[in-house]
Amino acid sequence: MNNPTEAMQRKHTVKSFDEDLADLTGLIVQMGAHAERQIARAIKALIERDDELAEDVIHTDRAVDDLEETVDQQAIRMLATRQPVAVDLRVISMALKISNDLERIGDYAKSIAKRARRLSTNPQLKPFVTIPRMAELAQAMLKDVLDAFITRDTEKAMDVWHRDQIVDDEYDSLFRELVTFILEDPRTTSTAIDLLFIAKNIERIGDHTTNIAEKIHYMVHGTQINRPSRKVEIETTGGAPAGNLAP
Amino acid sequence: MVAANARDAASASADRATSAAAAAAAAAGQTKVTARKVNLWYGEKQALYDVDIDITSNEVTAFIGPSGCGKSTFLRCINRMNDTIPICRIEGDIRLDGHDIYDKSIDVVQLRARVGMVFQKPNPFPKSIYENIAYGPKIHGLARDKATLDGIVEKSLKGAGLWKEVADRLDEPGLGLSGGQQQRLCIARAIAVSPEVILMDEPCSALDPIATAVVEELIEELRAKYTIVIVTHNMQQAARVSQKTAFFHLGKLIEFSPTSEIFTSPQHQMTQDYITGRFG
Repeated sequence: MNNPTEAMQRKHTVKSFDEDLADLTGLIVQMGAHAERQIARAIKALIERDDELAEDVIHTDRAVDDLEETVDQQAIRMLATRQPVAVDLRVISMALKISNDLERIGDYAKSIAKRARRLSTNPQLKPFVTIPRMAELAQAMLKDVLDAFITRDTEKAMDVWHRDQIVDDEYDSLFRELVTFILEDPRTTSTAIDLLFIAKNIERIGDHTTNIAEKIHYMVHGTQINRPSRKVEIETTGGAPAGNLAP
Repeated sequence: MVAANARDAASASADRATSAAAAAAAAAGQTKVTARKVNLWYGEKQALYDVDIDITSNEVTAFIGPSGCGKSTFLRCINRMNDTIPICRIEGDIRLDGHDIYDKSIDVVQLRARVGMVFQKPNPFPKSIYENIAYGPKIHGLARDKATLDGIVEKSLKGAGLWKEVADRLDEPGLGLSGGQQQRLCIARAIAVSPEVILMDEPCSALDPIATAVVEELIEELRAKYTIVIVTHNMQQAARVSQKTAFFHLGKLIEFSPTSEIFTSPQHQMTQDYITGRFG
């Protein structure tokens, strides 16, 4: 296929099909924007020790979940009534999966807010440096991957996919740093673990964002991104047992 | 194949069926029909351009494409149905098991016994159900006595999934059956002469969804014994019944791939536009 992006934007004979697809894209974008905002607010609540904001983040997670349900219904209705094939099938089925990733991202933001609420009652361990940086990276990745979704831009999606490595590296370095804190003064354990989980949540947000990038690639090209190559990269970087910690 | 001894046509016919089935099993996955550089004209108008295709035995191959794309024309080349059209001229090479079907030595009647056909509209003969099936085997000399013929009729009707519905009224006119039953009668008629390839030209377009499902299920069963080529306007049908799909456009074969690939990630822009409804 010479130019899949152009192919996707070509109009259907049945106009309402295009309208349905536009609606579906709109829902995903809405969901993504909401998830992005939730991350920003959760981190703000953490840094500014703002319990009220943390509380609000926890409560508004429901909105992302509701949007996911709407995406599900819209996509299933389209599968049933349009019986899509080829690129249309890929767009609709990937929208279903992407909405699932976004819903998870929303959950991670909520989980960060919960820990922020708890952390605000303890003395601060150290100035916030790595966590805000990680969050900024992950948020930018999410923003870019949503742009890539709207414009069907696989190059941009691939760029996001590669950037996840930076988030992973930041996580690894923070992991070591926090372990040092615990070893030096075991009384910091509880706080350090909360921070570690927050960092882990952000790291997972990065992973879900790369998942979305992969889905955009499949949606446009109909082929999978060659995953193993990056896996090897990750394995050779070694570092902390990133995979073993629950979110 | 028919031994020159006293064996009757029954066993000859049975042998033929058995050996055809055995050959089919042995040939599974092998190329049954090959076409190379097939060009065809109706008078001055060229309808096919350099069609190359390999049709695999014991598979269902679907031909899809917009009206006038040449899919039915090409289908009709495979059993030389186009010979009946005086202004039709064909060039190129079409082989059945490696033998040129347009060779002068080929007996077209025999060819059409090996390559049977089912049409868009069920077209039973205005005769009894029994006679509809028995006609082919009789003219091809596949049965010398009534008992053998009865056997072929029963076997064919069973093969087409119609036996249970008509067993007690074989003498009734074929045209008295429902549309779906008539189409299965035509399929039974096609398989009565033990063909190797069955060509189907939109076999379900005149049928309701339930009769269509029955015929589609039958196509899936027939695949075990026969090579099937089906022309269909119903893309979902192509997706459901076929293993490979060929997309034709303006007389050219644009894309020929495993069906699962055509309907998830077609390689060609035109295929994508057509199957997703973005044509024109």
